[in-house]
Amino acid sequence: MTAVIFGARQQQASPTWAEYFARQAEACKSPALKRFYAAGLPAEERPIGDVPLVALDFETTGMDPLEHAIVSIGLVPFDLRVIRPSAGRYWVVKPPRPLTEESIAFHRITHSEVEHAPPIATILDEVLSALADRLVVVHYRNIERPFLDAAVMAAQGEHCLFPLIDTMALEARWERRGRLQGIKRLFGIQPASIRLADSRTRYGLPHYSSHHAKVDAMATAELFQAQMARHFTPDTPLSDLWL
Amino acid sequence: MEAEIREIRDHISRHPPFDGLTDDLLDEVAGAVEITYFKAGTTIAERDGSVQALSYIRGGAVEVYRHNGQLYNRLGEGDIFGQLDLLRGRPVRFPVQAIEDTLLYLIPKPVFDRLCATDEDFADFVELSGSRLKSTVEQSQRDNDMIATRVRRLISRLPVMIEESATVQEAARLMTEHDVSSVLLLKPGNDDDSDRMFTDTEGQQWLLTGMITDKDLRQRIIAAGASAQTPLASISHDKLITIQSSESVSEAMLTMLRNNIQLLPVLHRRRPVGVVDLSDIVRYETNNSVYLVSNIFSRISVKGLARLTPEVRASFVRLVDEGATSRMIGGAMSSVGRSLMRRLVELAEADLGPPPVPYCFMVHGSLARNDQSIATDQDNAIVLHDAFEPKRHDDYFRALARQVSDGLHACGYPYCKGGVMATNDLWRQPLARWKRYFRDWIAKPDPQGLLHSSIFFDLDAVHGEARFVEELQDLIATRAKASPQFLAALARNALGRTPPLGFFRTFVLEQDGRHNNSINIKRRGIAPLNDVIRVHALGVGSRAQNGFDRLDEITQAGALPAGQTDKLSYALEFLSIVRMRHQAQEIQDDHEPHNAIQPERISDTERHNLKEAFQVLSNAQNFLRFRYPSPGR
Repeated sequence: MTAVIFGARQQQASPTWAEYFARQAEACKSPALKRFYAAGLPAEERPIGDVPLVALDFETTGMDPLEHAIVSIGLVPFDLRVIRPSAGRYWVVKPPRPLTEESIAFHRITHSEVEHAPPIATILDEVLSALADRLVVVHYRNIERPFLDAAVMAAQGEHCLFPLIDTMALEARWERRGRLQGIKRLFGIQPASIRLADSRTRYGLPHYSSHHAKVDAMATAELFQAQMARHFTPDTPLSDLWL
Repeated sequence: MEAEIREIRDHISRHPPFDGLTDDLLDEVAGAVEITYFKAGTTIAERDGSVQALSYIRGGAVEVYRHNGQLYNRLGEGDIFGQLDLLRGRPVRFPVQAIEDTLLYLIPKPVFDRLCATDEDFADFVELSGSRLKSTVEQSQRDNDMIATRVRRLISRLPVMIEESATVQEAARLMTEHDVSSVLLLKPGNDDDSDRMFTDTEGQQWLLTGMITDKDLRQRIIAAGASAQTPLASISHDKLITIQSSESVSEAMLTMLRNNIQLLPVLHRRRPVGVVDLSDIVRYETNNSVYLVSNIFSRISVKGLARLTPEVRASFVRLVDEGATSRMIGGAMSSVGRSLMRRLVELAEADLGPPPVPYCFMVHGSLARNDQSIATDQDNAIVLHDAFEPKRHDDYFRALARQVSDGLHACGYPYCKGGVMATNDLWRQPLARWKRYFRDWIAKPDPQGLLHSSIFFDLDAVHGEARFVEELQDLIATRAKASPQFLAALARNALGRTPPLGFFRTFVLEQDGRHNNSINIKRRGIAPLNDVIRVHALGVGSRAQNGFDRLDEITQAGALPAGQTDKLSYALEFLSIVRMRHQAQEIQDDHEPHNAIQPERISDTERHNLKEAFQVLSNAQNFLRFRYPSPGR
């Protein structure tokens, strides 16, 4: 029951996303962040079918935003109708600390690739302007949200937070909740995996061989289209989806 | 190139028509792709919707429907749709629905237009909607003219060569070591003018001066009592006769016969590439159907004839391998089949004595049409002179029919399951009776009866009084075209067996959307196509029996637009050659040849062509319904 209490408290404590955006647009000093927040948000009752989206994926040196860093960023703009990989962007960035061997195994980006890459601070403005005006879709928000916030905080001393749609959280709604799942757990039946590749399989989506931020962003966009087609309609309001 | 574009590119580059694109064009396509997802059961393209992009199926499956809701096609991974509407710049004609969860790659119209403008093969593919039937058939006919068996096919090893300064003994040792009966003589040279001058692989120049054979060693050394140390150069030998590797086998044979030689060096331009032996040619020609026919007539027993079965099959496989057309193969195999039958009748007559009344051994089905393949049933009958009296004469003809039919069975032509054989009393009758049969079939066409008897409407004489069968052919040609009722009944029968829609993954896709694991290409393609052609041929009073000949006469009579008969002819050729190729493959794999084909054994190009051939047949069947309507319906 903790989750419910936590959620209720959070709701009381925090303003709506629209209020937060308005306040940040005022308060932020950095021009890029000011512009990002000033672009505003679609109203929470807007149907998802009308909203321009962008799928975002990071490769990082680990799971902890305080200790680890972003090494690559991929994003692909899309909407419920069509995904446009060619309009997407991809950056490799140089983390503040040198790469360790185990981190290379984690994200598959090599020393030579990051050696000549720019530090993240120099491309943040570009990233923010690509995200502005679009609702961000990620698979597992606990990477992209804290890592981007940490990177912006380190570079500009201000927060960068925004609502996003998490395809993994959506997948958990069907695969991890409900009484049947509870009974299954009781009998020790492993719940279905909600990792990106496994979730895609359930929707008949193809397997992609490469592990790459932009491929994963594209894969996330496809997964979201499939989830919408199967479980929702284009009329579903944003408030049912974003977090 | 970025990783996600590479993912897209890798996939599309494996499927036609993209598999033929240059790397630059592929990059352009992959870089322009947009992606969209459709849940199973949802509509992808609605009739009259606008078309902005070519759709490529990355995963899943879709169905395309006709206006009337009938299934038009089922497509899977790697297939495309929307190309025709894009080309014509018109809205969606055939609606499309996802039958599985489907991920599409959309190739925007400007990129599609550029592909059509810059890549001719791509343009052809989308323009013909994947159809290459006509060009495939024409190409294989061209190839066939070109290969007409070059002599180089008979070369199995490089020539053995020796300098002519060596001794006879050295040459003999070399020949023994290599187990050859001849050796070519060379001397170093720099005489560029000589047409015997050539450069070896190491760049050294040689002059080809002659050839020494086993026979030379016997005649000029041993018989003449010459020393084993005699230099090769000092043996007089005849002027060297050679042949170019691109000449035909028959030309090589003629050259050898003309010059009375057993061994003939083969040159590629000036370089020796091998030596052919007359025995190589004889062995090769043994598989030739002409040789086979003469061999048939030299056999003196059914057993002897039955032993030729492997050779019949070998000559069939050889014709297929050489890329002959189905018409050539059908003609050759039919002449083998007829010869076998004639020989069997001759043997039976020799056994039973001369026939008491004149008669004609008649064939139906593929032998009558001259399009016999391998593994076909026998269909035959006997037309007797009207002086025939059953009590006095039938013992003889029953015995004759039995011997021939048993003989055919022994030689690999199984008994006809439908009983269309001269052993059946019904089909061993005097000419007058046969005429009555045909008059009745034509005047009172009972569809059920016709289904059974339409086999008789392909007929030809094999042995005996050919005029009996000609009289029947004349009767059919004049009466059939004057009987709309008969033609309508025959047409209705011709609709009984329909082709499938095409293929989907590893299945045969039926018109109603069901799947099958294999297709009987004879029953579902060739036979119904012959049925359609027969109706038109009888409708124009043609006496021709062969499908292609009939189509020619149908065109001349103007019964079908010229383009239509061309299409039927391409379809007939393609279906027939695919069947023959698969049968040849079965024989080579030591399996019994049959008519069932599994889709996984059909190449991508064959699939497209087969689908089109089936479509041609299906359209022709629909036209038949309209052209020869049943009276009162």
